[in-house]
Amino acid sequence: MLLDRLAELVPELNQAFLETMYMVSISLAVAIMGGLPLGILLFVTDRGLFLENPVVKSAAGFVVNMVRSVPFIILLVALLPFTRWLTGTTIGPTAASVSLSIAAIPFFARIVESSLREIDRGVIEAAISVGASPWMIIKDVLLPDARPGIIHGITITTISLVGYSAMAGIVGGGGIGDLAIRFGYYRYDNTIMITTVVILICLVQLIQFLGDRIARLTDKR
Amino acid sequence: MIEIQNLVKIYESGKQKVKGVQDVSLTINDGEIFGIVGYSGAGKSTLLRCINMLEWPTSGNVKIDGVDLTSLSRQELRRARQKIGMIFQHFHLVRSKTVFDNVAFALKAAGKSKQEIRNKVDDLLEMVGLQDKRDAYPSQLSGGQKQRVGIARALANDPNVLLCDEATSALDPGTTRQILLLLKKINQELGITIVLITHEMGVVKEICDRIAVMQDGKIIECGEVYELFARPEEPLTRSFIDSVLQLELPEHLVKNRRGTLVRLQYRGEAASDTVISDMLQSFRVKGNIIHGKIEYIQNKPLGILVLELIGDESEVKRAIDFMHERTGGLEVIEHAA
Repeated sequence: MLLDRLAELVPELNQAFLETMYMVSISLAVAIMGGLPLGILLFVTDRGLFLENPVVKSAAGFVVNMVRSVPFIILLVALLPFTRWLTGTTIGPTAASVSLSIAAIPFFARIVESSLREIDRGVIEAAISVGASPWMIIKDVLLPDARPGIIHGITITTISLVGYSAMAGIVGGGGIGDLAIRFGYYRYDNTIMITTVVILICLVQLIQFLGDRIARLTDKR
Repeated sequence: MIEIQNLVKIYESGKQKVKGVQDVSLTINDGEIFGIVGYSGAGKSTLLRCINMLEWPTSGNVKIDGVDLTSLSRQELRRARQKIGMIFQHFHLVRSKTVFDNVAFALKAAGKSKQEIRNKVDDLLEMVGLQDKRDAYPSQLSGGQKQRVGIARALANDPNVLLCDEATSALDPGTTRQILLLLKKINQELGITIVLITHEMGVVKEICDRIAVMQDGKIIECGEVYELFARPEEPLTRSFIDSVLQLELPEHLVKNRRGTLVRLQYRGEAASDTVISDMLQSFRVKGNIIHGKIEYIQNKPLGILVLELIGDESEVKRAIDFMHERTGGLEVIEHAA
């Protein structure tokens, strides 16, 4: 009986899984492309650092905090006009990826910033004292030494995105979380709810395991 | 030549203004090993960091070979820094890079080609004795080895000046000696001017030619190491020097003395033995050597003797005056009871 019910669900689960993967991959890629430079900017413009700039620092910090303080559901809806302009639609996984990406950029940027903060300032000073340019310091000192922290940050961001993507159902984004809400929560279908939750648990465990593994492999310190 | 002119560095933290360096002027000659000594908070580290503009002076100038660093653009300053090496107390190596890459970084900063970098790094590692650690990571090295990597990185672009910020303070005595010998070798073989700050007089005694003593952001005394050791003028200088030259007398000797204890300091050329035998012949005093040693500073001997003088009070006084005149460095430790 239970197995039959599960077998019935396989195509639906399959599609939901792919949708989750799709949304998480796109928004993670955008979060890294946008959040890494933004996090570096937040760090190097800070007081006492080699590109100290209070105006840029506070402007970037303000924007980051603003986006982060808006609850995701509200951000999702508020961004609909922008989503339509960018993707031509406001429903489906692609549309949902837009707001996921916008939410993930400042999230990841703050993680990058805090990983960079853990680097000993003396190492940066040593790089300045050999006459290195800001770009060289970022590329050859900051990023290599912060790499384990940044990889941890990617893991955390990915897991948060899996969680946030459940809310993408609001705009018809689909995904496993959405399946759990639609079938499990609204229709009181416990079988599908438990199944999806188990899948989510396994997914998050796997992401964490892989993230830790990669971080350890790249940690040469 | 490094010329520091009227350098002032004021830190502003909130509304408070803290004076790091107050109006310091100093000239450091080419090929010299120059020490800056002082307790922590004296401003010596700030002064050193102003020489390569890690700290921007509030006012005053720093000229190296006639070029005023305070007038340079960012890019010109980067190029100037390539000719001023610096090493640190805690080494400051990039932890995620190998020894090779840590040293190569300095050469990359100067825009050298891959081939040039490879040859130069190998030469540098050979000079500091770390050829076999080429592919090791900093966490696999001892403190002394890390400082050698720091030295190789600092010397990568053939600088004229090497700044040492408490470079041996985190190392054990044996390793400190090895690093000092390496610095001395670098100074002699490559002719690099070395400016070092330290609170250890042992370091100064070992390698410096001249020193400046700093207190409250000012230089209170400056001169040849031997001269300063032989005749310090300021009490602070004296207390630093005492840490190296003072002879510890066992307590019972001081307590059970029969006469006056005097500490006699004489320069190598002052032929102390005749001073003492002349004194003993000319006055009705008995002399007894209690303690003594000879320190070699810049390869010149500086002798210290502790004598017990027994005799008539007035005779002892005349004897002390006589030795004072002959040696110029005599101190009465304890008078006769």
